[in-house]
This record gives sequence, structure tokens and C-alpha cells, in this order.
Amino acid sequence: MQLEFTHEERAFRAEVRTFIAEHYPADVRTKQDQGIELGKEDYLSWHRIVAKQGWSVPAWPVEYGGTGWSATQRHIWAEELQRADTAPIIAFSTNLVGPVIYTFGTPEQKARFLPRIVAGDDWWCQGYSEPGAGSDLAALQTRAVRDGDHYIVNGQKTWTTLAQHADWGFFLVRTDPSARKQAGISFLLIDMTSPGVTVRPIITLDGAHEVNEVWLENVKVPVENRVYEENKGWTCAKMLLAHERSGIALVAHSKVALGKLRKLAATIGEPGCRLADDPIFRRKLTEIEVELTALEYTELRFLAAESAGKAPGVEVSMLKIRGTEIYQRISELTLEVPGSHASLRVSRATAHASGHDAVAVPSAIGVADTYFNLRKLSIFGGSNEIQRNILAKAVLGL
Amino acid sequence: MDFNFTAEQEMLRDSVARYFGDHYAFPQRQAVIRSEEGWQPGFWRGLADDVGILGAPFDEAMGGLGGGAVETMIVMEEIGKALVIEPYLDTVVIGGGLLRRCGTPRASELIGGIIAGEVRLAFAHLEPSSRFNLAGVTTSAVQDGSTWRISGLKDAVRGAPFATHVLVNARVRGASGDRAGVSAFLVATGATGLSSREYPTVDGSRAADLKFEGVSAEILGPAGQGCDLLEAAVDEGVVAICAEGVGVMRRLLADTVEYTRQRRQFDAPIAANQALQHRMVDMYIALELAISMTYMATLKLDRPVLERKRAVSAAKVQVGKALRFVGQAAIQLHGGMGMTNELAVSHYFKRATMIESELGSVDHHAARIEQCDAAA
Repeated sequence: MQLEFTHEERAFRAEVRTFIAEHYPADVRTKQDQGIELGKEDYLSWHRIVAKQGWSVPAWPVEYGGTGWSATQRHIWAEELQRADTAPIIAFSTNLVGPVIYTFGTPEQKARFLPRIVAGDDWWCQGYSEPGAGSDLAALQTRAVRDGDHYIVNGQKTWTTLAQHADWGFFLVRTDPSARKQAGISFLLIDMTSPGVTVRPIITLDGAHEVNEVWLENVKVPVENRVYEENKGWTCAKMLLAHERSGIALVAHSKVALGKLRKLAATIGEPGCRLADDPIFRRKLTEIEVELTALEYTELRFLAAESAGKAPGVEVSMLKIRGTEIYQRISELTLEVPGSHASLRVSRATAHASGHDAVAVPSAIGVADTYFNLRKLSIFGGSNEIQRNILAKAVLGL
Repeated sequence: MDFNFTAEQEMLRDSVARYFGDHYAFPQRQAVIRSEEGWQPGFWRGLADDVGILGAPFDEAMGGLGGGAVETMIVMEEIGKALVIEPYLDTVVIGGGLLRRCGTPRASELIGGIIAGEVRLAFAHLEPSSRFNLAGVTTSAVQDGSTWRISGLKDAVRGAPFATHVLVNARVRGASGDRAGVSAFLVATGATGLSSREYPTVDGSRAADLKFEGVSAEILGPAGQGCDLLEAAVDEGVVAICAEGVGVMRRLLADTVEYTRQRRQFDAPIAANQALQHRMVDMYIALELAISMTYMATLKLDRPVLERKRAVSAAKVQVGKALRFVGQAAIQLHGGMGMTNELAVSHYFKRATMIESELGSVDHHAARIEQCDAAA
């Protein structure tokens, strides 16, 4: 047993850290600093820079563009991206649909879609959830009826993240309504510019437009855009659950957020009356830091097991549960710092434009909305209750 | 980075587990703790002769196994699983840790005695008003020719009735609370002027209040500069007790899972209820996080002082909280049966509860982290 990364791993960390520092687009960084919402091109410009370096899909097999990195290297890369607070590489493309295509797709599908995902040419969204199918995903109702060389698709998807930017979507649709639940589902790739596709924004409680409803009305989808066999789409969907989960514990994100929180607590208020001076608040910070350390070393244990050829299974769900709980807790504590100053809804961009005079306590801006927004973490990607169901069944045998 | 055990370490775990399985089954333990003696000298002898673990963390040159903190962690986890009450922590980990750091011929001689099973130590550090502060010492030590004379009261000295010697932190100068002026001393349990009032502990062991009236003692280390030494040895003890806590929690979880699968109500095993399943998952997560922190702190024991203290205290905070949560949940999910003295689970719960505050509570160690931050 030993804690240190190897010399090579430390050198790798230095290499990727330098790469990010030197190549992250300055205009995107400025927008982030000023609280301006990032647009499609902001995300994709960074994706393309990373792709040019050959690192946009590290976990993929080398023949499709993967880097051949070890589990530890992938962990370091994910951690450094979080640490540098970069715009995320769109996971729906690189971590979700890409692996399904290279695992189950035809040679034509691989040739057509994979290079464009690697390069950041296409933006993909995920058409899974429906108004009546959330945790119980297999209850989905969207129908695809075969009509010659096409499927005619009708239905409604929801919570579709950043579908407003998407060029393509991967959809779970019902192709055999007579089969029981999981058995009659197929996996379709749909061009989001197809006639009959309508994307409608859902504005979340923080005022943001991240998620959407996607309506499908008589959308014609070529049969060649079905991945894997008809009615076997559930196999593809399940495979996604087991795929690349580097960074799922959000440890570096939480470290960055905790660092900002400490700074904020030492800034707001008169000297001597700041929350950083309050022993009760300090204790809350100590406790969350200990929790975060425990999570960090748990993630490293899983990583070490994977490096030793003992890839962990669903135990990894605990990283999602604790990672999201801790990140949410930090946002909760951050909300406590400005007190009632957090109540004003002024965008950071507006405040920046007016020379930071828009409100009396500029550092309070956005704190409440971030807290509201991050409630999503324990809901999406399989709610934390669903994760507990999985652990109860698969790990405890209940 | 590597969290795997070596083949030798796995063998150590197996042999300890096997020995405890053969000699420390739960009914046997219960009979022993109710006996007049309260412990098993033959079992202790076996630790020396049959499994050799009394020498686990000592150099081979001293007759030990040449292991380190990881070996201690392995043994302590098994001690937790079997609810062993014999004084491994005080003798081998804390006492041995202190003696190892002394490096004197006398210390080596005592270590030889520990390895042979002939020297058993109790760590008399608590005073009625000291809480967890190792410098909160009023017990005095006065030099008397080539020896020292100890006077004062140490209470709740765990394992004192089983010990051949007592380790005492006493003050050669200064006032209670001063770090300077504290040293560690060694006192033979039969020494003149040492009186002992013995009583059982709630978790099956024995302890004593020790009154020192000019008792002859050997000093360990330089006079009045023992605080750092004591703290380093006690930090090894804190991490070791975290490992014991991990062992205790493994049993609490395993017994709870097993019980809820067997116990039927409303024509189904109670484990079919989601409220219970989620509670057990949270117990499992608490246990895994406690394991991670125990590993982390074990591997950081040799780091620079501030980093070591932070790591050790962080582990005790995490493990302490986990012990409370897992222990209470185990009793709750056992229902009325968890309240009985009959089932093993209640005894694991009692030990879990005592470990929470042994060598420093959650709040004490959280405050210690903050002191490290302020000193950094």
C-alpha cells in the first residue's frame, strides 16, 4: 500500500495541466469569469482544441480515437479538467452515444458518426426520459412504426439537456408495443433538423435554460439510423450505465467550490464579523472537508482496484451518491455566507456590465441560483434513491 | 498509488482471523468477560507464540515481524471483528510506539518483553479533568536520585487489571495544559504506593482508577519533552482504533443484513422494505468511507507532523461519525432483538460507542484539524 502517484503519473498530470492552461480559450474563460452563459460554439471550440491534441475521447478504444491511457491517467485528466473549471466536453457525445456506436453500430454507422464526435463537429442530446418514464425508463411510450426504409416516430421526450444546441439525438423508442417493457425498445439516431422535431425550453427554478422538451411528430428516421437490432435497444441503454465514470465523484469540482467558499467566507462582512471567524461556521467547513477527503480516497481505492485489473462494478454508485451530496452541501454553505444579500436575482453578466455597482454585495450574485440549480445533481443520472436501490440489490444482496 | 495488500499481509490477516475464529468465538468471549479474571492469559500467550502478532510492528532486529502501520491496521481490524478485549492497542501499538521512539537499551528490552507476551501495558493518560488533552496533566513526577516519583490520580485506565506495567504521562514542571514539562513514565503494576480500584467497562473489558503516591517510575525519553513523543504514539493508536472500528462496523453491517433477510413480518422478509434497504446502503457507504480514511491515515503516519495530525484527526472524525450511525442503525434494524444482551450485535454496538470517544471524540478531532489549519 502507498499513496503516491508514480513519477510518470505526476509528469502526466503536469503535462495535461500545462496543456489546459496554455490552450483553454481566453474568450471562454472571460465569459465564465463574467458569468455570461456559454453558447454552443464556446463548448465546441474547446472540444476541438482538445480533439486536435487527440484527447477528446480518452476512454475509447484507440482504433476509434482513444488515447490508450490507463485508468489512473484518465482519472488525472478528468480531475485536471474539473480543477481548471473548463467548459465540459459534452458527455452525451463522447461518453454516451459514442461508446454505443462503436460497440453495437454497423461499420457504416461507425464511419459516419464516430469521427465527427471525436472532432466535436456534432453535438448530441439524449432522448430518454418522458413525462411518464423517469426512474422507470422502460415505461417509455414514444412509438416508432416501420414504414418501408423508415421509422415514423411520434412521442414526447423531456429533460433533454442542451437539446437547443443539438445536431443529433439518440432516442429510445418503442418498436413493439405488445412486448413487455424492456423487450420492445429500439435505439435510434435522429437528425434534430428533421421535419417534425420540435425543441421547447424548460426554464428551471434558477431561471436557466438547460433542459428541454423534445416533441416528435411523424418524424421520418431512416432504418439505417437504428443502432443494433430492432427491439434490442435496452441492451444499448444498459451498456451506457457501465461506461466511463471517471470524475463521477466530482471531487475536484468540490475542491474548487470549497476553496471559493472559504474565500467568500473570509471576504463578506467587516473584519472580525466574517463567517470565516465564526467557530460554528468553521466547524461546518471542517466537517465537509473531511467528508470530501473520505470521498476522494474512496474514489482512489476504486481507481487502484481498476488499475490492478479488478474493475469495480456498481459499487461506483456510492461515488455518485456521496459526490452529489457533498457538492450540494458546499453550495448550501455558500448560500449561507451572504445571508439575505443572496436574495437579489441579478445576473453576474449584468453586474459586470455595470461595473459591479449593480448590487451592494457583488460576491452574493448567483449564489442562490447555483444552490437551486445543483439540486438537480441528486436527481439526474439515476436519482440517488435509484442508486441506493441498485446498491441494495447488487452489493448487499437485498 | 496502491491500496492492495501484499501476499504476506493477506496471509497475516488470514492467520489472525483463523486464530481468533478458533479461540475467540462469541460465546467463549462472553464466558471470559463474565469470569473473575476477565481476560485469557492463554490467548495472549498464543498471540505471542502461535500467531506472533505481538511483534507485528517491530523491527526484525528486535525480534519483531518487521511490519508497520499497515500490519497494525490489519490486526486491529480483526480485533474489532472478534471484539477482542485483551490490550493489544495499549501494549503493542501505543506502548510499543512510544518505546520504539525512545531507542534506549531499556526500551529495546521492554519491546522484547512485549513480543514475548511477558510485558503488557496499560496507558494511564486520563485524569478526571483532562478530557482528551495529553498535556492536561496534573499528575506530578519528581526526580529522586536515579528514579522518579509519581503522584496523582489517573482514572478509567483501560486494561489496567491485565497489565504488568502502566504507561503514565506526568508533569515534571509547569501547569496543567502546558505542553512543555510532560513526560512519559513506566510504572510496574505491583509498585509500592500504587493503589488500584478496578471495575468492568460497558463494552466487556476491565479498567481501573489508579492512585499514585510517590510511586517509583522509569522515565521514557528526555525529561519534560515527552508531549511530541506521546502524541506521535497516540496518533498511531488513533489510527489503529479506527481500524478496530472498521472491523466492528463490518460485523454490525453483516449481522444487520443477515438478520433483516431472515426476520419475516407481513409475510415477507423485513429486508424487502425500501426504507430498510436504503438505511443499510447508507451503513455500507459509511463503512466504505471509514475504510478509505483509515487507509489514508495509516499511510500518512510517517508524514511531517502537521500533515500527520490532520490526516489522523480527519480519520477519527469520519470513523467516529460512522460508528455512531452504523451502530444505531444496526440496533434499530434488529428491532427488539437489538436491545437484548443475548445477540452479538448489541456488544458490537457497545464497543462501537466506546471507540467513538476513545483517544478523542469527533468534536475533539475536528477542533484539532482547525488547530492545524491555524498553525499552518
